[in-house]
Amino acid sequence: MPAFIQMGRDKNFSSLHTVFCATGGGAYKFEQDFLTIGDLQLCKLDELDCLIKGILYIDSVGFNGRSQCYYFENPADSEKCQKLPFNLKNPYPLLLVNIGSGVSILAVYSKDNYKRVTGTSLGGGTFFGLCCLLTGCTTFEEALEMASRGDSTKVDKLVRDIYGGDYERFSLPGWAVASSFGNMVSKEKREAVTKEDLARATLITITNNIGSIARMCALNENINQVVFVGNFLRVNTISMRLLAYALDYWSKGQLKALFSEHEGYFGAVGALLELLKLP
Amino acid sequence: MAECGASGGGSSGDSLDKSITLPPDEIFRNLENAKRFAIDIGGSLTKLAYYSTVQHKVAKVRSFDHSGKGAEQEHEPPYEISVQEEITARLHFIKFENTYIEACLDFIKDHLVNTETKVIQATGGGAYKFKDLIEQKLRLRVDKEDVMTCLIKGCNFVLKNIPHEAFMYQKDADPEFRFQTNHPNIFPYLLVNIGSGVSIVKVETEDKFEWIGGSSIGGGTFWGLGALLTKTKKFDELLHLASKGQHTNVDMLVGDIYGGAYQTLGLSGNLIASSFGKSATADKEFSKEDMSKSLLHMISNDIGQLACLYAKLHNLDRVYFGGFFIRGHPVTMRTITYSINFFSKGEVQALFLRHEGYLGAIGAFLKGAEQDNPNQYSWGENYAGSSGLMSTSPELYPMQRARSGTFDLLEMDRLERPLVDLPLLLDPSSYIPDTVDLTDDAMARKYWLTCFEEALDGVVNRAIASQPDSIDAVERAEKFRQKYWNKLQTLRHQPFAYGTLTVRSLLETREHCLNEFNFPDPYSKVKQRENGIALKCFQRVIRSLDSLGWEERQFALVKGLLAGNVFDWGAKAVSDVLECEPQFGFEEAKKKLQERPWLVDSYGEWLQRLKGPPHKCALIFADNSGIDIILGVFPFVRELLFRGTEVILACNSGPALNDVTYNESLIVAERIAAMDPLIQSALKEDKLLLVQTGSSSPCLDLSRLDKGLAVLVRERSTDLVVIEGMGRAIHTNYHAALRCESLKLAVIKNSWLADRLGGRLFSVIFKYEVPAK
Repeated sequence: MPAFIQMGRDKNFSSLHTVFCATGGGAYKFEQDFLTIGDLQLCKLDELDCLIKGILYIDSVGFNGRSQCYYFENPADSEKCQKLPFNLKNPYPLLLVNIGSGVSILAVYSKDNYKRVTGTSLGGGTFFGLCCLLTGCTTFEEALEMASRGDSTKVDKLVRDIYGGDYERFSLPGWAVASSFGNMVSKEKREAVTKEDLARATLITITNNIGSIARMCALNENINQVVFVGNFLRVNTISMRLLAYALDYWSKGQLKALFSEHEGYFGAVGALLELLKLP
Repeated sequence: MAECGASGGGSSGDSLDKSITLPPDEIFRNLENAKRFAIDIGGSLTKLAYYSTVQHKVAKVRSFDHSGKGAEQEHEPPYEISVQEEITARLHFIKFENTYIEACLDFIKDHLVNTETKVIQATGGGAYKFKDLIEQKLRLRVDKEDVMTCLIKGCNFVLKNIPHEAFMYQKDADPEFRFQTNHPNIFPYLLVNIGSGVSIVKVETEDKFEWIGGSSIGGGTFWGLGALLTKTKKFDELLHLASKGQHTNVDMLVGDIYGGAYQTLGLSGNLIASSFGKSATADKEFSKEDMSKSLLHMISNDIGQLACLYAKLHNLDRVYFGGFFIRGHPVTMRTITYSINFFSKGEVQALFLRHEGYLGAIGAFLKGAEQDNPNQYSWGENYAGSSGLMSTSPELYPMQRARSGTFDLLEMDRLERPLVDLPLLLDPSSYIPDTVDLTDDAMARKYWLTCFEEALDGVVNRAIASQPDSIDAVERAEKFRQKYWNKLQTLRHQPFAYGTLTVRSLLETREHCLNEFNFPDPYSKVKQRENGIALKCFQRVIRSLDSLGWEERQFALVKGLLAGNVFDWGAKAVSDVLECEPQFGFEEAKKKLQERPWLVDSYGEWLQRLKGPPHKCALIFADNSGIDIILGVFPFVRELLFRGTEVILACNSGPALNDVTYNESLIVAERIAAMDPLIQSALKEDKLLLVQTGSSSPCLDLSRLDKGLAVLVRERSTDLVVIEGMGRAIHTNYHAALRCESLKLAVIKNSWLADRLGGRLFSVIFKYEVPAK
């Protein structure tokens, strides 16, 4: 970011525009730097406003003539899993789950009518932060890459680890995670896991939890399409497929998980749209 | 809580656990008669349950056979007292560390006389692991029961049978525990069990419950992830680390991102935006304490959030939390409470249970005892034999967290008769029997604890005197003294140990302790003598009342009720007088009474009411035996009957102080009937009905009354309730709101209480209330 501000100064951005629209938490944090170093006056826009405007705009423009939104068919099956376009022609109401370092969940009823339903602090930052502590990795991409090679069932305690199979009393499948990191209570098992396993378990834990909270919000708000966006999902097919599967399984097919191309850019697009409106 | 020391003797390592010596009569009590067993083996604690019978001495009263005898002898007592053995049922629950399991099984096997027992119900994760050991040691077949079914059964049982079972937890508040009065209908509720994972169960009826959701982020996540991050192996140590850490060093807060609050959404700057968000910026070391704290917040918040989402979806506002993650840990109760308040915006209350650790064992036991129909009975917590809730705050009691060697006990007595609400309560769900909450009111607590300490010598002496022929009475009385003294000391430091501390609970604890050492009725002889004296005066009192004009008589009757109430061995000021002036009589008592206007005085309204039509039926809760019941209550009853009002006279089922018991009231009524035709015909025609309250307390809990009484109250369309005496009308029920007219009267025989109420010793409370139309 300092490099970007420096570039803005070198290229004399300030002579091109008097107003520089910005959004996101950093807009607040870096406002002073933009002003003193870049001589740029920031027009701070609400992050979520921008996000929603962005996603709706991009979808309406289309992506090379194709829909922006997509979903997964057979997400649990590596062979059959397919990414298919989804036409968001009836976008409202929709539940928008924005997974950045934390998670915000918004119920969107129209272009201008939305509310933040809830949020959770267990987000991308938690995944990356815990991975740094557990594996010593240094980048998000590295953490994801490790996760892709790991086996979370060595770390997590599954229903079948407790009941030997499905827990029929509550119709819980044996493969479901009963306790995330539950096996790590045992010293022997702690010694037997790899960093990759831990990264994978962290990813699964955070992803499942987001799916679970999103599903409950969708039920409470009576919304059945859920769009997941945010940087956490960038190049993160594991999480997307898991979200798709978990939402479908636990809602017995009632809820659909949707994703979007360019999930990281909606905020910027929204900010740009806002700028175009300015005189 | 009994300590269980290791006997050295060259044992080392693992074998150390096998060499403990258990003080048998302290922990596995009544094992000789035990007949049903259940065991719940968790990750670190074992909970054992068994049903046993206790043999108690009970004082029975019986009329003399007067047939063929002439006039009564001057000094003959009015009835005879005999001490009999009675067998009552009791449930025992014991909680101990898994390391003691083998030693405990050995002990049980050695002391298990009863051989009828063939099966032991087992639940909990460890039931599988220890199955062979149990079968081999006890020679009992292990029947495994479903964990969640047991948990729910246990939960229903404690919520129904133990008053003040549920509490809210408020850190830094005094008291930190705020107990809930039992709701008359416990269903529906949500149980969030936080074990290694989280199960969220909706409980709709006794047998109907449904797993509505769960989460894999639970106690196992805290423990497992915590162990990886901090290299700390023990759950308790992790919690201890967490209690000292600063999560803001590890978590990214809203303020870290926005430089302050995110105002458009009203998110405060302190809010955690991303758990462990700061640890993503590598090359920095984080302290174990800070990471543990961050982890604790992450998990507690997540569980709280999910619990709120489920509560909202199913429209439930009562959410109980349990499981090893919670189990008495102030740290987790605090973070869960915080999270629930935050996410529900105060609409949902996080509730915890005093006996949460026992739910599985209780449920497993109930599963095995289904043919005995334990759910048909009412049960009561025995304060004498139960350890009570301990403050486990690590700051206050650092050593208490290291639980090794401690055994925690819970005992429940089966009550003779099922207990229900008085149908006349205005709002059963908001009824609180007790007037002063001593957990809340530190001044009052200090006073009453001291008062009970000071009265202890007298109680011990009275107990010894009540059994002159017993060779071990002195020894037992000493044990009683020690037990009750220890209870009082526990309550000084942990007033919340048995739920809300009240004068009632202090009195009941004393009764339980007396019973424990076989002093079933220390006042039986005193009561017998006083009943004898009062019976002799009955006719004279009636004659003098009958000679009065109507209005004068009404006042004399009320004064008689009040004067009778002065005779109370429960009040120190009075027991001193009675002790040194045994001839202290009815007339003297009347003179002691405050002149009108009384401290609370609605006599005018009462008199006015009496000029109106008679009541349909009056329910009277009697207090003391002797002068109170015979010269105070009976003449009053007689007047009501004369007016055409039916009377239900309710006396305690079991003895407490010098309170008249149901059995004594039967004899007294019979003797009075022999002298008074009005009473005689009323008894014969069922216009005067004698019933028992179901209680053995000097106080009165209108939400736990004998079912027969409740039925009768409804059948007879009772429209007046009379409650007399300090214990029933002031310590309890002073603020009780009823759906019909009520009369609460008492003489204040305690100067501190008199002071509190703005009066003085022997001030009179006469509170006549008519419910708003």
